[in-house]
Amino acid sequence: MSGKTLYDKLWDDHFVHQNPDGSSLIYIDRHLVHEVTSPQAFESLRIAGRKAWRVSANLAVADHNVPTKHRDAGIADPVSRLQIETLDRNCREFGITEFDLGDPRQGIVHVIGPEQGATLPGMTVVCGDSHTSTHGAFGALAFGIGTSEVEHVLATQCLIQKKSKNLLIRVDGRVGAGISAKDIVLAIIGHIGTAGGTGYAIEFAGDAIRALSMEGRMTVCNMAIEAGARSGLVAVDQTTLDYIRGRPFAPGDEHWSAAVEAWSHLHSDPDANFDAVVQLDGSTILPQVTWGTSPEMVVPVTGRIPDPEQERNPVKREGMKRALRYMDLAPGTPVTDIRLDRVFIGSCTNSRIEDLRIAAAIVKGRRVAGTVREALVVPGSGLVKRQAEQEHLDRVFIAAGFEWRDPGCSMCLAMNADRLEAGERCASTSNRNFEGRQGYGGRTHLVSPAMAAAAAIAGRFTDARKFLS
Amino acid sequence: MEPFQQIHSKVVPMDRANVDTDAIMPKQFLKSIRRSGFGPYLFDGWRYLDRGEPDMDCTNRPLNPDFELNRPGYQGARILLVRENFGCGSSREHAPWALQDYGFRVLIGPSFADIFYNNCFKNGLLPIRLEPQEVDRLFQEAANPDYRLTVDLEQQSVMTPDRSVLRFEIDESRKYRLLHGLDDIDLTLQYADEIRRYESGRIKKTPWLFRSLTDRPSAAGAIDPAAPENDHR
Repeated sequence: MSGKTLYDKLWDDHFVHQNPDGSSLIYIDRHLVHEVTSPQAFESLRIAGRKAWRVSANLAVADHNVPTKHRDAGIADPVSRLQIETLDRNCREFGITEFDLGDPRQGIVHVIGPEQGATLPGMTVVCGDSHTSTHGAFGALAFGIGTSEVEHVLATQCLIQKKSKNLLIRVDGRVGAGISAKDIVLAIIGHIGTAGGTGYAIEFAGDAIRALSMEGRMTVCNMAIEAGARSGLVAVDQTTLDYIRGRPFAPGDEHWSAAVEAWSHLHSDPDANFDAVVQLDGSTILPQVTWGTSPEMVVPVTGRIPDPEQERNPVKREGMKRALRYMDLAPGTPVTDIRLDRVFIGSCTNSRIEDLRIAAAIVKGRRVAGTVREALVVPGSGLVKRQAEQEHLDRVFIAAGFEWRDPGCSMCLAMNADRLEAGERCASTSNRNFEGRQGYGGRTHLVSPAMAAAAAIAGRFTDARKFLS
Repeated sequence: MEPFQQIHSKVVPMDRANVDTDAIMPKQFLKSIRRSGFGPYLFDGWRYLDRGEPDMDCTNRPLNPDFELNRPGYQGARILLVRENFGCGSSREHAPWALQDYGFRVLIGPSFADIFYNNCFKNGLLPIRLEPQEVDRLFQEAANPDYRLTVDLEQQSVMTPDRSVLRFEIDESRKYRLLHGLDDIDLTLQYADEIRRYESGRIKKTPWLFRSLTDRPSAAGAIDPAAPENDHR
């Protein structure tokens, strides 16, 4: 009998019941709640007269819709305001802990869970948001759910699931200096495609992954969904334990050693069987830039815009042509010729302290190019913001001409006032370059924080590594 | 949820891969706290020539004549024919809500993104996976707006006008729930005792996972006081 994968172990640990129809009931340890995908779930519970099964499993925060400046003045958009007030009201009514807009711990749901120790190894973590895969960096089974499932987990503490297949992605070797987790995950998505992980749980492994900080691992797992997989995973090691210890909701001293013991099996067995294995050589990964309207449309900064005529698959060819029309780019253009109107450093992918430090190191003593209309830094949480301010990173950004904002999802999906105008082109540290994602008609290039910072200074894409020597 | 019946309908072909949920339901409409009324804004950025805003009256907005749903003869179709990886991206259930509200009951394509696929079943929408060659064939034939397909969930079949039958696979569990329009929560709560049993075992084994998330977590890491007035269990 072969061993188990990390995913198999997490699945088995949470298995409650086999339904007669073949599906399984899986227990959910942590449910994170935000304002956009929860109001209809609470409403349905109310109508059915149902309560929350286990109140303390839930942690709520408003992030998608929140303004990132002038918070004292309240929320100007009445529709956004109603949605956020609805979350406040629902949390009060159901007894759920919420970090509201005035709370210094408020921030992006996928930043605050780990930051508070509310995300722990061995947990199942769900949220009505596809980037819940982020929490898999802790050796937790974490995945995004729809609103019907938000309601289901609130009412029953379980979800009806079918087991996924196992995909192992190994990134071996050492990545070069100045290459970040974002470059690694964009290179992976370029390699396997946006549907390459569909139907799988992806475990990321190999030297290059082990060498990443928890922030870096979160960036990689965050974008598992951009490769089609609902969940990404990284095995627990000393890096994981060091990050967790002392966090507010982490196990205290009285439970610490028992917890560490319980977490020690959270890795795939050496003889575990994966349904598919993909291997990449970390030493060959270069800084990545997306050129199209799908995260798989990605090339190294040293590359050129590809030519659809070279693509044999007709559906893909048409997709490339449509993307180039939307992006207003011509085949063969060097990536370093692409000029930017805006720069966005933030999102659940890249708004943690490490991301801000690397971006600040690049902009320090330099100025945002005059042709760049706006450069934003939006910290992932109030605590990340505070930490950055203690390190005076805010001063570095402001002196360079960046705006220093309050935490939220902001221009990653442009539900608040931070958005691109039609035709504008943005270097963004977020996760999706879909048409209109950052604003109607806006054009998004996904990059690492280092590459975004370098693009802000140069006014066009440039290899960030030359700023780091 | 309404039980799924046999569907006989026109078919709208949408010949583009990787259609994401941002395109199906753009973000500005996600601010709604309701579950209904998304149909007029389905594919808003592609469907109209102007820029859509929440609560806009769509009756007089300029339609994009090149967009698939707007082509003459396809109105009233309940089947949408799609390409690879349809529904990728965000987990927003507003996407299936909008497709359903517009009038679709069936999606046919070679592959769907996982979360979207799952969300469809919660809303009486049937996503059917067929072989790529079969989908290619349907795209050719559905170029005629009068083309109609018959979808039978019980038989797991799609029948073409020339009576050839394309079989599709679907989980027994999803099929059963869709056919009977069952409420998942009621079904799960039949096993409430098992959930409680599992939970009490888990509290013993991993007490640190059950720590209260109140504003001031106690230094002792006290077990969740269970707020009995709020808890269901």
